[in-house]
Amino acid sequence: MKKKLLPFFVVIIFGIVFIVFYKGLEDTNIYTPDLNVQKDIPIFTSKDFYSGKVLKSSDIFEFNKTYLLNIWSSWCVPCRQEHPLLMTLKQNDKIDIIGLNYKDNKKNAVIFLQDLGNPYEKIFIDLDGTQAIEWGAYGVPESFLINNNKIIKKYIGPLNEDLISEIEYLIK
Amino acid sequence: MIYSTIGYYSLFLGLFISLLIVFFSVKNFQNSKIISANILSFTFLQFFLVVISFLCLIISFVLSDFSNETVFNNSHSTKPLFYKIAGTWGNHEGSLLLWLFVLTFFIFIFILKTQNQPIKYKLLTLIFQQIIIIGFFFFLLKTSNPFNHLYPTPSEGLGLNPILQDPALAIHPPILYLGYVGSSIIFSSALAATSLNLVSKKWASHIKRWILISWFFLTIGILLGSIWAYYELGWGGFWFWDPVENVSLMPWLALTTLLHCILVLERKSILSSWVIILSIATFTLSMCGTFLVRSGILNSVHTFANDPERGLFILIFLFVLIFLSMFIFFFFHKNEEKTSHSFSWLSKETSILVNNWFMMYFLSVVLIGTVYPIFLDVMISKKISVGPPFYNKLIIPFLVPFLLMMAIGPRLKWTISKLQDKKYLISLLVISIILAYLILKNFNQSILIYTVLVSSAFYLFFISLRDFFVKNRNISQNVAHFGFSLLILSILFNNLFSSETITNLKVGETFENSDTKIVFESVNQKQEKNYKSIIANFNIYNSNGDKDKLSPELRIYNQPIIVTSEADIKTTIMKDKFIVINLVQNQEFFNVRYQVKPFMLWIWLSVILISIGGFLSILKRRL
Repeated sequence: MKKKLLPFFVVIIFGIVFIVFYKGLEDTNIYTPDLNVQKDIPIFTSKDFYSGKVLKSSDIFEFNKTYLLNIWSSWCVPCRQEHPLLMTLKQNDKIDIIGLNYKDNKKNAVIFLQDLGNPYEKIFIDLDGTQAIEWGAYGVPESFLINNNKIIKKYIGPLNEDLISEIEYLIK
Repeated sequence: MIYSTIGYYSLFLGLFISLLIVFFSVKNFQNSKIISANILSFTFLQFFLVVISFLCLIISFVLSDFSNETVFNNSHSTKPLFYKIAGTWGNHEGSLLLWLFVLTFFIFIFILKTQNQPIKYKLLTLIFQQIIIIGFFFFLLKTSNPFNHLYPTPSEGLGLNPILQDPALAIHPPILYLGYVGSSIIFSSALAATSLNLVSKKWASHIKRWILISWFFLTIGILLGSIWAYYELGWGGFWFWDPVENVSLMPWLALTTLLHCILVLERKSILSSWVIILSIATFTLSMCGTFLVRSGILNSVHTFANDPERGLFILIFLFVLIFLSMFIFFFFHKNEEKTSHSFSWLSKETSILVNNWFMMYFLSVVLIGTVYPIFLDVMISKKISVGPPFYNKLIIPFLVPFLLMMAIGPRLKWTISKLQDKKYLISLLVISIILAYLILKNFNQSILIYTVLVSSAFYLFFISLRDFFVKNRNISQNVAHFGFSLLILSILFNNLFSSETITNLKVGETFENSDTKIVFESVNQKQEKNYKSIIANFNIYNSNGDKDKLSPELRIYNQPIIVTSEADIKTTIMKDKFIVINLVQNQEFFNVRYQVKPFMLWIWLSVILISIGGFLSILKRRL
């Protein structure tokens, strides 16, 4: 009797360990700071992607409007993945999508937009990565939901369908 | 570009060959007079394909081919050549390719070199090993392909994390992997031997060499990691009980226990269940380590690429292996130990067995300390962190009987024994206690526990030292145990007698306390290929008139922009002088930390001595 019970018991223990690890994987510990206090967007000057003219932050973001700032780059593989979703979000006229082209080569970036479409109302450029630091970004892609010149929410990594519907719900 | 394609397709072919090997082995298994020649050549071909793939990745790194995603993420054109090559395995994808490289290499050598063992056993080992290899091929191709293509090609890469740009760390992963993956051979062959009911003296002496080889590499690998942490992380310690370190320590404890058990099995053909369980545990703990480190389930100072999808794959694979081995163990393992083999309480077997229990206890402490935070997080979503105090409290007191047992055990004979020359043993014990008391008597805090601890370490030290002059000694065991006593002594003295001074200084300022005077002389700047360095020059005067010039450094790497501090360490036989500077945000002064750490060098030397012990034992088998 004892001999039969032991394997059974061991299997159950390992089964529990498996379930705990599996559950543990669902929320991994990749640390993302909470934005409890809504922060003001940074004030900056940059250049327009197409014309190269100097852009001020007040030229891009108007008070009383909702924006999604998307940091992207043509060399970034996940950006390519989230791009079609941005194209669908463009249909929504309650929100304007602003692009921040991060450490990119203009020729490649133009080809990228020609291939996949341009969802952005305005694009400004960040050649040396300093703009992204101003925004508190970790890398590409990253998106910020902005209302009344305040950052409401920050999305690290590529957007997916769930996050897009969350954005659509938030701006209602 | 072309290399990525070649590398990718050779991986695919390698996977295909795995299937062929399994097919032929199963076919050969039914009709097993001789091992069919094409199995050997397929095993070689598979190894060869993985080598090609690995070489392709190295070439892509050397040529800075940024159309390869792995290269793009981990390299930069201004990086020195040495680190371009080392960068190949400094990342997730490359290190998995290295796993595969070692896996296929070891099984090839195993098939080639194993003689005098039944054909069926060799074939079955090969099949089990191929199951592991297939799992890794899938893992690599499905979730972490090292040859992902990027279009358009970026003009520059993101760079290798500067703290990984260190010579010790460049060779640390390959050596450690030789140890980890070496245990896969032990795992496969233990399963094969169990299913064929071959666990015997003969098998033990055959697998012992493989255990020694993995153990040797694992020990050296952990040592290198620890040296890296000491010189590069700049915290002045060599072991932090960080999850990633624990993960390498757990297989080491299991493997060390296994090493001792296999000796008993070889001599007395007892403890066979232990041997099988430990063989399985060593490899599953290595795999479990990969899972914990790669999945992002744990937070650690060694932040590697985290990806839950990868985690899920390894988790499922790991449990498939665990359940497979449990199935084999429970259904095939015949426990024949009850037949007669009794042994006295005072014998070599008993002492090995007792120390195995201690070792298992240490292993469970480390395992619980590492895994418990995950359980707590999942069960009641509470976050805790387990730090050095937990391990110190639970491990240190039990070192005392462990050390005493280590001193006495090797002197006992098999089966039944008497303690010989008791006078010697007792007088050495008294000497050790007196010596420990004399050293520690000026030390106020918890003198009792430290005296006991230091005297038991001294006891092992003296006994193993004396055993060098005894005839018929087991030299490899003697060296390893002597090294271990030296290690414990150095760690203890290092902890007890370190001193530390922390202060903020501007250039030209002086800090002085009762026994040290630190003068901040000047600052130089230097431009290197991929970083800019700020070198601070200090003069340090000790109370006994010594003067040292130390120049710690701050390096500002350009790709990615990270500041690292390089400690300047002056190593002498008796102590290390360690100084490190850090920038203080928006201030013109530097944060200066000066430490005197006695016996640092001896920690490294004693671990080298321990591994030499293992190495001697490998040589001995060959003679």
